[in-house]
Amino acid sequence: MPRINSATELEELRKGLLSKRDPDKSYIAICSGTGCLGLGNDRVITAFEQEIKRLSLETQVDIRVTGCHGFCERGPNVVIYPEEIYYIQVTPEDVPEIVSQTVLGKQVIDRLIYEDPNTGEKSAYQSDIPFYKAQMRQLISNNTKIDSRRINDYMGIGGYSALSKALFEMTPAQVLEEVKKANLRGRGGGGFPAGLKWETTRNAPEKQKYVIVNGHEGEPGATMDRAIFTGNPHSVLEGLIIGAYAIGASQGFIYTRHDSPQLKDNIYRALEQAREYGLLGENILGSGFNFNVEVHFDVGIFVSGESSALMRSIEGRNPEPRPKYIRTSVSGVWDKPSNLNNVETWANVPQIINKGSQWYTSIGTERSKGTKLISLSGNIVNSGVVEVPFGTTLRQIIYDIGGGIPNGKKLKAVHFGGAMGGSIPARLIDTPLDFDALKKVGAPMGAGALMVMDEDNNMVDVTRFFLNFLTNESCGKCVPCREGIRQLLKIMTRMSKGNGRKGDIELLEEISEVMGVASLCSLGKTACDPLKSSLRYFRDEYEAGISDEIAPVNEQELTPERV
Amino acid sequence: MSDIILQIDGKKVIAKEGMTVLEAAQSADIYIPTLCHHELLEPYGGCRLCTVEVESRGRTKFVVGCLYPVEQDLVVRTRSEMIDRVRRLILEFLLAHAPDSPQLQMLAKEYGAKKDRFEKESSFCVLCGLCVRYCAEVKKKNVIGFVDQGAKREISFIPELAAKECWDCKECFPLCPTSYLQAAYHLTKAIAFPSLATEPKSVKL
Repeated sequence: MPRINSATELEELRKGLLSKRDPDKSYIAICSGTGCLGLGNDRVITAFEQEIKRLSLETQVDIRVTGCHGFCERGPNVVIYPEEIYYIQVTPEDVPEIVSQTVLGKQVIDRLIYEDPNTGEKSAYQSDIPFYKAQMRQLISNNTKIDSRRINDYMGIGGYSALSKALFEMTPAQVLEEVKKANLRGRGGGGFPAGLKWETTRNAPEKQKYVIVNGHEGEPGATMDRAIFTGNPHSVLEGLIIGAYAIGASQGFIYTRHDSPQLKDNIYRALEQAREYGLLGENILGSGFNFNVEVHFDVGIFVSGESSALMRSIEGRNPEPRPKYIRTSVSGVWDKPSNLNNVETWANVPQIINKGSQWYTSIGTERSKGTKLISLSGNIVNSGVVEVPFGTTLRQIIYDIGGGIPNGKKLKAVHFGGAMGGSIPARLIDTPLDFDALKKVGAPMGAGALMVMDEDNNMVDVTRFFLNFLTNESCGKCVPCREGIRQLLKIMTRMSKGNGRKGDIELLEEISEVMGVASLCSLGKTACDPLKSSLRYFRDEYEAGISDEIAPVNEQELTPERV
Repeated sequence: MSDIILQIDGKKVIAKEGMTVLEAAQSADIYIPTLCHHELLEPYGGCRLCTVEVESRGRTKFVVGCLYPVEQDLVVRTRSEMIDRVRRLILEFLLAHAPDSPQLQMLAKEYGAKKDRFEKESSFCVLCGLCVRYCAEVKKKNVIGFVDQGAKREISFIPELAAKECWDCKECFPLCPTSYLQAAYHLTKAIAFPSLATEPKSVKL
């Protein structure tokens, strides 16, 4: 690949790529997301490759092994372009027929298209399927258009034009200003304005600054960062380079999962391709800006996604949260100012630079702008990864996109934000997707994992599940978190067997209050959020676990027959 | 370094820049309880017993005294209903591990902590990390370390290093608030280097 030395050369390369491409040429987008691969899509990919070769169609038909399309529930997914015919639950045996009938014959195969289980209505095209129709797919829609392994595919849809614009038409301060005006809020959980965080790092006195991608995504039920990072790694990388330019960082880190081989491959490949094109390294695009990226992997513990623990992990130390009272944006990796944003936050940056903050702020609610990726899981008809504008109600997400609750069951609760999130009852599902509105009702969005509970789920058990996760995934350094979760689990385990004691609910509340006040890091401080919200809305289920016959623990010891 | 004036429990305290709230309090003879703190070691912030309430720039928050840096006009409260509740529960958590620790018993009396509020835990280590940190920071030997995570976290001697380094040191023993450490050491010794059972008698424990 030739090195690109200027903005003009980048545009020439793009024009060259597009001129060689017939817009009416067929391409087959085969989902290679985690869900579809798990369902055996690797065999579907091989079958397509063999069939195209057998019929010598290589010049007429392009195969794109893509990132997650989103509709994991009905995978393996295959889309035939340019018609955008959407096939679900494809098997290798379907492949010869798809090539002859649809790719060459332009005929829709009826049995492979989506049929609405409620109305019986069929949809041949992606945009007609209710799951996709109600979404606003700014980020993830590119997943079906590009082969995640090819930088030229990303170039073909305008990739790195935002970087070029930032480097040649804007000063770092202008880039920062645009992101601030866009009110891009961190997608990793806190919802802190990214622009303000960037500014803190930019203004910190140390000369050496770092920018970091948090691709740890350890939240139970969360798969959206992987969908973007695996499917479109260059979009995240482009955002990171733009951020580095705005902040004045010459070094970046990608911190991501050690256990996703495909994600690792795609990141390594993307970095290598970007380096060859001169989009990383010295004198990027001939602009004089230098920036490099190193990849680090997590050590298989949830707490290593906590900002200060993550940074210690990058330094090669134990991923324990740092107890100091200083922000990582001022003093992070090796005590240098380090700006950390999650995958989805970085992926939002190129479109903000390309289309402007005015466009960006036209989407969403007053204080939550743009779109948000949501992982839908639990008792829902359509599980998968969806993207909607802020302001969409939870009802729209669950019913219009998610298809409602399976097996004729009733919706009981919606849980947002994983192990440090919260559950709200069905009556609150007209709450809009909004950082502040959800926090107020007790279901902070977290990174965007939405779990749906039906009438059969017991909320004490749901909360116990999250605490059990945290007791294994915390570092164990500070007493309130380590011992608090240990005791909470003991109490809730006896409650779930109907052996709760009088005073147990009050004890749960006391422990969670102390953990919130005295824990060392945000994991311990918010570990009780699921407990607090379920006590707020589902207290009767806790009360049901208490037996009147069992005396409180301190009185027990007084009765000799129990000893 | 310029002087920093702050207020602790209504008393004016003059501190130096870079000092922690705990150090400032100690310099003014104001008592804040600690467990994992040791003046020879880096602040750790593990036990959270030194949790205090501070008012800074109009905001009130709970922080640990061993790590929070002093600042001009900072207002610190070392006792309040909430602080006492935090310390009491922390002590009750720890007493479930080490009900006989004199240090814990003394603190329990002050804060009204009951030693049997939670059922007895099998390990009497409270994971204050004094031994681990003393060995790493002062002796620079790293013979003992933490293993595992979350509720499964524990301390462990590395037998090969322990056989070489520990027999004439044992300086970490008196630091342990529960004497779990000695048990762990003797277990390591019994299993890993029994040949050293007859170590020089002149060494004092």
